[in-house]
Amino acid sequence: MSSLLKITDLHVSVDEKPILKGVSLEIRQGEIHALMGPNGSGKSTLAYTLVGHPKYEVTSGTIEIDGVPLNDLDPCERARLGMFLAFQYPVTIPGVKVADFLRHAVTNIRNPARKEGESLIPMRDFRKELKDRMEELGMDVEFARRYLNEGFSGGEKKRMEILQLAMLQPKFAILDETDSGLDSDAVRVVSEGLRKLAGPQMGVLIITHHERLLEYNVPQFTHVILAGRIVETGDASLAHELHNHGYAAVRQRHPAEAAEEQEHQKVTSKAAVVAN
Amino acid sequence: MTTDVPVLDDEIGVGDYQYGFHDPTDKYVFKSRRGLDRDIVHQISEMKNEPMWMREFRLEALDLFYSKPMPTWGGDMSELDFQNMFYFVKASQGQEKSWDDVPDDIRKTYDRLGIPEAEKKYLAGVKAQYESEVVYGSLQEDLAKQGVIFTDTDSAVRDYPDLVREYFGTVIPSADNKFAALNSAVWSGGSFIYVPKGVKIEFPLQAYFRINTQNMGQFERTLIIVDEGASVHYVEGCTAPTYSSDSLHSAVVEILVKRGGRCRYTTIQNWSNNVYNLVTKRAKAYGDSLMEWVDGNLGSKLTMKYPAIYLMEPGARGETLSIAFAGKGQHQDAGAKMVHCAPYTSSRVISKSISKDGGRAGYRGLVKATHDAHHCKSNVVCDALILDSHSRSDTYPYIEVNHDNLTIEHEASVSKIAEEQLLYLMSRGMSETEASAMIVTGFIEPLVKELPMEYAVEMNRLIELQMEGSVG
Repeated sequence: MSSLLKITDLHVSVDEKPILKGVSLEIRQGEIHALMGPNGSGKSTLAYTLVGHPKYEVTSGTIEIDGVPLNDLDPCERARLGMFLAFQYPVTIPGVKVADFLRHAVTNIRNPARKEGESLIPMRDFRKELKDRMEELGMDVEFARRYLNEGFSGGEKKRMEILQLAMLQPKFAILDETDSGLDSDAVRVVSEGLRKLAGPQMGVLIITHHERLLEYNVPQFTHVILAGRIVETGDASLAHELHNHGYAAVRQRHPAEAAEEQEHQKVTSKAAVVAN
Repeated sequence: MTTDVPVLDDEIGVGDYQYGFHDPTDKYVFKSRRGLDRDIVHQISEMKNEPMWMREFRLEALDLFYSKPMPTWGGDMSELDFQNMFYFVKASQGQEKSWDDVPDDIRKTYDRLGIPEAEKKYLAGVKAQYESEVVYGSLQEDLAKQGVIFTDTDSAVRDYPDLVREYFGTVIPSADNKFAALNSAVWSGGSFIYVPKGVKIEFPLQAYFRINTQNMGQFERTLIIVDEGASVHYVEGCTAPTYSSDSLHSAVVEILVKRGGRCRYTTIQNWSNNVYNLVTKRAKAYGDSLMEWVDGNLGSKLTMKYPAIYLMEPGARGETLSIAFAGKGQHQDAGAKMVHCAPYTSSRVISKSISKDGGRAGYRGLVKATHDAHHCKSNVVCDALILDSHSRSDTYPYIEVNHDNLTIEHEASVSKIAEEQLLYLMSRGMSETEASAMIVTGFIEPLVKELPMEYAVEMNRLIELQMEGSVG
């Protein structure tokens, strides 16, 4: 039976400011969903909340995988249940080699009951597997010896996220603007990489402004988020429409949320002025 | 592993420190009464059957110890009670050449520490000091044939009096500081190494220091002479039981590296958290030689240690890699001194300190150049990582230079583990502890990769142990 990621009426605040105001979404393994929306609408907030970023406080609503509530679980426990986020801005971990990091990560994800200090997956098997995945993604195997994200270009970082996705094979993958800031070649590499990986065993939520990633990975569902609510859900053609015509039509169809969005922006820009 | 587990202290939770066990002491050969005075010094000297010059050296040093004030800087030593210590404890009859001849309890301790096993695998020689004296010693036969001397310093005074007398106390005079004076008065044990001209020792020589008695003072005295074109890597490890009251470890280490010689001295100090570790280490490096200190401080209550290199002749190079980790109740005041006494000398210091759970770790360093030491280069980099808001890091870099015909660079950074780094690693299935440990391991990686494989593994393992249970 395929797994289900179920988000029900999710409200999330950051520093006590409400950002998500009742998001509901169901993603099954094997499905591709696109999440689109203007800046500040809550896309990244949803991504961080799903993996359990401590700064994002769930004030009401639930997140479940196959009926198991995730709300009180830390990011590690969520990852071991099959949740994965390809970060928009992957951080640098100085001095930690990609291969060492991945060996720990893969061991934990495959043996969710593992405690610290217990043995890692055998080096020989791991190396072979890593080498194979890197070759499939057109990555130089030399990358395995580099420090995690240290001195990586934007494209290299994003490819590293896709490599992690390939090694960890999560049940649910969220890609937060994995295609942003990349030149078209890099977008192609990442898009093709994802297409190879996404299959019947993976539910995918693609957060994007662009269409390219979606050309390679055609979504069955496109959701539009505005001022912290999903206001429309359609198929791939909705993504196409938004890409070509922007959000004006969406705002017209949802005047209440559009007004809220404007109000929110005013408050934010005022706060920015004060802060400056 | 061993089946007989040594006695654990009932009152103290051993906690994360896995070497906190202690052995029974009822079979000891000799234990001095508590406290320090001239009689105790006489007694130590008599027990060792020393020549008169050494006894006089000790008594002179004792007067210097009395006359010198306690340092007013560094760490808090207000609870250090010199009169409550045992200054000389002899656990066995003498130094054995086979582990089978070492008394059972002591041998089991070293088994637990993994020393005989390491010896078989990758060491050229071993000294095991237990309390005040060395209980076991070995050296590969071919090295002995080439004239390498690796013995305990007590035996060296008897067996190589000319060599010892020529160099003993010349790098660190008794009057150098209060603790050097104390060591000079009551010293016992330690390693004496002589590497003859051109002899290069491939595998490390290791010394392992163990304190077992409560309120013990351990005062080993190490003297290493690397003759012209010779090289040696010496490694020391230290552990002690966890007790409710304090012990003192106050060593003096003197090193001479002659022209074209190389010496690397690696310390992995993992004393229990009731040990004051107040050590004076200094090397003199002559023309075109290389002296390296690799100084890992993970244990102890308070460590004050600043390994020094005096660059005596042109072409001499000095390098210190320092790692300090301060956990709960620990203060690591570590650092380095580089003294450029000649032109065309160079030095480099890399220091990494980590503090957590209210611990305090710092770097205290000196770079000094005498007035004729022109065309010298010195580079100092110290990075601190603070794991939580109640821990502390300090940097005290001192530079004493009287002219400008030289290059001195100093960089310092302080960082905290970013929430985003933890989130990133945890979102890949790592627990908070594992994620923190990985970040710390990465932080010290530039130093650890300089260590031979076995010690790099040991260092990473110790760091992981330090990190366990630290988050929550």
